[in-house]
Amino acid sequence: MWYELSKEFIYNVIGLQGKLADASHFFIYDTIKIWFLLITIIFAISFLRTWVNTEYVRAHLQGKSSFYGHIGASLFGIITPFCSCSAIPLFLGFIQARIPIGVTFSYLISAPMNNEIAIAMLFGIFGWKVTSIYIAFGLTVAIFGGWLIGKLNMEKEILMDVKAIEGELEATLVKLSFQERAKEAWNYTLDIFKKIYIYVMIGVGVGAWIHGYIPTDFIASYTGAGNPFAVIIAVLMGIPMYSNAAGVMPLVEVLTSKGMLLGTALSFMMAVTALSLPEALILKKIISLKLIGIFFAIVGSGIIAIGYLFNIIL
Amino acid sequence: MKIEVLGTGCSKCIQLEAVVKQAVAKSGKFAQIQKVDDIMKIMEYQVVSTPGLVIDGKVVSTGKVLSVDEVLALING
Repeated sequence: MWYELSKEFIYNVIGLQGKLADASHFFIYDTIKIWFLLITIIFAISFLRTWVNTEYVRAHLQGKSSFYGHIGASLFGIITPFCSCSAIPLFLGFIQARIPIGVTFSYLISAPMNNEIAIAMLFGIFGWKVTSIYIAFGLTVAIFGGWLIGKLNMEKEILMDVKAIEGELEATLVKLSFQERAKEAWNYTLDIFKKIYIYVMIGVGVGAWIHGYIPTDFIASYTGAGNPFAVIIAVLMGIPMYSNAAGVMPLVEVLTSKGMLLGTALSFMMAVTALSLPEALILKKIISLKLIGIFFAIVGSGIIAIGYLFNIIL
Repeated sequence: MKIEVLGTGCSKCIQLEAVVKQAVAKSGKFAQIQKVDDIMKIMEYQVVSTPGLVIDGKVVSTGKVLSVDEVLALING
């Protein structure tokens, strides 16, 4: 409905023609659609999150089996907020509660990868199928990546001495009234939206330009089945783009519509969210460079493997 | 009254500190505001998501920037 309405507006009300009309239509249609979905989805996720905070996750995971720990930590990563700036208290806090280092990494991999902006953007751009695949593969990388790091006995790579706390922490859900939850979720949504709406516009704008002007053959030959290294290049390119997930994803949409393989696109998006340089720099204060290297290598190869696997299956 | 803002220097922690200052000024009460950036002290309060807010030794909020009115309610309550 919105597709026809925006088309009507560009072609008949403003009266544009040809490629320019095509690109403008795409721009208006996509920007408004993504804005709308961003607000809806971020609100839904942040509303759910008013029950569960990171302190609850820590208490919940304390003393659980490794099997439950990795899966639980990865699942909680979807719903709890994560900011790379609180990576240190989180990491040390988990250690303090005697949660195994591997389980902590499962959470540290899952939380940024399954953040609300990435999920909302994916849903808005690619629909629920690709979003579910992204989340499922993201959880797989988090569960197995964390499990593998746990197997490597990395406890000595933590540079800070943390005393374990005695006894059990009490896991309590946050108590608020329904209205307070709605208000908190709405404020949070507006806050995030104000930060990213412009990147959505820029991303869609560049995408619209590619959509209207760059020939399909050109993109397909670089990012399609013809380039066997496309997945690896995509992952390497994704690492420095963390803060711009909202602007990068509309571009990926256009690239896939012009022949980029979906596995390559998925790998790229996972690299954007899961491997972040600022987070690595922050973690460097408390864990050794060796462990950070292992962390990046395991997550990176997991993401690359998923990209190739996906390109072969589809 | 002693108010502590827990945070390791992220932008949200600085925002919360500014909010707390405004709220204290608005309340007209006498309160000592302290920014805590020592990670070990933050751990002692059992806070794992910053910024955290502590009033008279009790953790009242974690992981978010409150509004001036919310902090005001906490100071008065």
